[in-house]
Amino acid sequence: MKRLATAFAIATLLAFGMQAAWSQSPTLKAVQDRGELVCGSNGQLAGFGMPDPQGNWTGFDVDFCRAIAAAIFNDPTKVKFVPLTAANRFTALQSGEVDVLSRNTTWTMSRDTTLGVDFAAVNYYDGQGFMVRKALKVSSALELNGASVCVQQGTTTELNLADYFRSNNMSLKTVTFATLDEALKAYDSSRCDAFTTDSSGLYGSRLLLSNPSDNIVLPEIISKEPLSPAVRQGDDSWEDIVRWTHYAMVDAEELGVTKNNVDGQLKSPNPEIRRLLGVEEQFGQSLGLSNDWAYRIIKFVGNYGESFERNVGQGSPLKIARGLNALWTKGGLQYGLPIR
Amino acid sequence: MTTISDTPRSYLRQVPVGRLPPPTTQAGLFGWLRSNLFSTPGNIALTIICILFIAWAVPPLLRFFLIDAVWTGTDRQACLASATNPQPGACWAFVRMWISYFVYAFYPIDQRWRVDTFFLALSFGAGWLLWPSAPRRDLGAVYFFVVLPIISFVLLSGFPAIGLAAVPTSLWGGVLVTIVVATVGMVVSLPLGIALALSRRSHIPVVRLLSVTFIEFVRGVPLITVLFMASVMLPLFVPERFSPDKLVRALIGVALFASAYMAEVVRGGLAAIPRGQYEAARALGLGYGRMMALVVLPQALRVTLPNIVNTFIGLFKDTTLVFIVGIFDFLGTVEAARGDPKWASPFTSVTGYVFAGLFYFICCYGMSRYARSVEAHLSRAGRS
Repeated sequence: MKRLATAFAIATLLAFGMQAAWSQSPTLKAVQDRGELVCGSNGQLAGFGMPDPQGNWTGFDVDFCRAIAAAIFNDPTKVKFVPLTAANRFTALQSGEVDVLSRNTTWTMSRDTTLGVDFAAVNYYDGQGFMVRKALKVSSALELNGASVCVQQGTTTELNLADYFRSNNMSLKTVTFATLDEALKAYDSSRCDAFTTDSSGLYGSRLLLSNPSDNIVLPEIISKEPLSPAVRQGDDSWEDIVRWTHYAMVDAEELGVTKNNVDGQLKSPNPEIRRLLGVEEQFGQSLGLSNDWAYRIIKFVGNYGESFERNVGQGSPLKIARGLNALWTKGGLQYGLPIR
Repeated sequence: MTTISDTPRSYLRQVPVGRLPPPTTQAGLFGWLRSNLFSTPGNIALTIICILFIAWAVPPLLRFFLIDAVWTGTDRQACLASATNPQPGACWAFVRMWISYFVYAFYPIDQRWRVDTFFLALSFGAGWLLWPSAPRRDLGAVYFFVVLPIISFVLLSGFPAIGLAAVPTSLWGGVLVTIVVATVGMVVSLPLGIALALSRRSHIPVVRLLSVTFIEFVRGVPLITVLFMASVMLPLFVPERFSPDKLVRALIGVALFASAYMAEVVRGGLAAIPRGQYEAARALGLGYGRMMALVVLPQALRVTLPNIVNTFIGLFKDTTLVFIVGIFDFLGTVEAARGDPKWASPFTSVTGYVFAGLFYFICCYGMSRYARSVEAHLSRAGRS
């Protein structure tokens, strides 16, 4: 099915001709004509993309789309969110149903090279992690020798787990379950010493336990799941807009520009801040936007750290640690590219 | 001289004795228990097992869902174990908080009266049509099949010219989508299914072949495949602006799928009508259309009523599959909400699923009870 869909996607792209745009992005033009951005998101992943009881979309991936809308329209509400499943997300992007896919999607080589999509920038470094009971007095995954681990069956998670234990010469007892819910229930009833899944989900799972505070997430990340927003291949100018939306948010955090102080920062003498906020030079125009594009993003959505903490970090029930997603200056991997 | 019979004899009873109550072993509660629950050793064993099972299962369920359940609260703290409630049960507060999302999903809050109006108009129409002794049911049919679809369409998707803001179907969801998909599926599949069944028995080869091909093709693939085709493949073949709305695609898929099943159900009914009925109708000089409408179909549909309702109930539950293609039906909204970290607790998911189960059970059981009453009504009418 997936291979067939891929083949069709490629055939369609060839048949309709890759829309090449050099100066003006056709996607940007379509978005502007329509008056709203169409954003494909998850719809049921806590902290990343899901509705609140009033039906408003919230989450880290959702905020990213709001940031793009803020940059284009100066209005973060001009986004239509389309809930997508893991199965139909790429088709929705390829067929033009959505302008940008911001839905916890891992950037892999095969997806990048064969699906007719381009990944803009890694906005969340995810990866598989472990949760154990505090009573076990373990502080590193390397101390899990001989542990029994609850894991979902038939996933890459299960394979990564086996690889990790083997490469570290540790013995492992896996206890597998058909669904993640069951695996978590078993861990909660002490059938295994540890529970493993992607670390972004690990924090949400912890809240479902009977005593969340008796459990800790170990610092090791044993697999690579770089999550990135994606766009259709062939519209490089649009990809630029999506990519620089992310870097503007990271740059803003590096420079200490926040939602609250951005108006004051307009008078800052720091040339980097002046370029970011469009006080000097014309980087916005080179994207086909107005020069205060980044100012709008920060004004309405905030910088990268603010969005992170609000949706998945300390400001949210998930309380995910920044970890790999801290700024490079603080031991993480988020590195803002220079705007100049 | 007196006869024996005239002589009053004190030992002869003049008034019959009042009836004695039946022996306690045969009547009353004890008798009922004895004849129904404890008549044979096998029955005694079964009864004891059942009582033990009920005693084992029901009190904890009651405790979990009613007695220890949490009914009010503003976030997950209410549903977690605490000093006042050391062993919390179902988290109904979560359902209460999310109920409007379950019903309307993303439908704009200030426009939700339109959904309510739609529900009212729909239940009015359904009541009119389904209540056997309602007045002017012919008008009811016109209302239900012609007026109501137009009203619903204008109400739900909007008509800016008369001041109803447009609401794209991507904002629809919850119970609204479940009801819309199920209703459209039922309303379309019955007539279409009858037409397909008649074509399948037609004497014109082309018509028969087309009908057989359609029915066998649709029945030969799972509904999920049809939905996937409609939502994943279709957009690749046609440019985005020409491809129909996502919900419309799913509606068409569900309706066609249900029609194929309905066609087979109706065909079974047609096959059960004896040849004599056809011949008698012909002998009366009825043409094909009137023969079918006046003689054959009324009998065939009466025979197949239980199966038709069975198909409807199946269809109602199949609507949950639209979730696969990214449409948030009722179950989809429950799925989404149970991941809410604000409400995450060990029993949030269970409560959500039980709530969804109750909803589907009430709807399906209602359909089934209605069908039973119509069957009873028809079989009385059939005898007279």
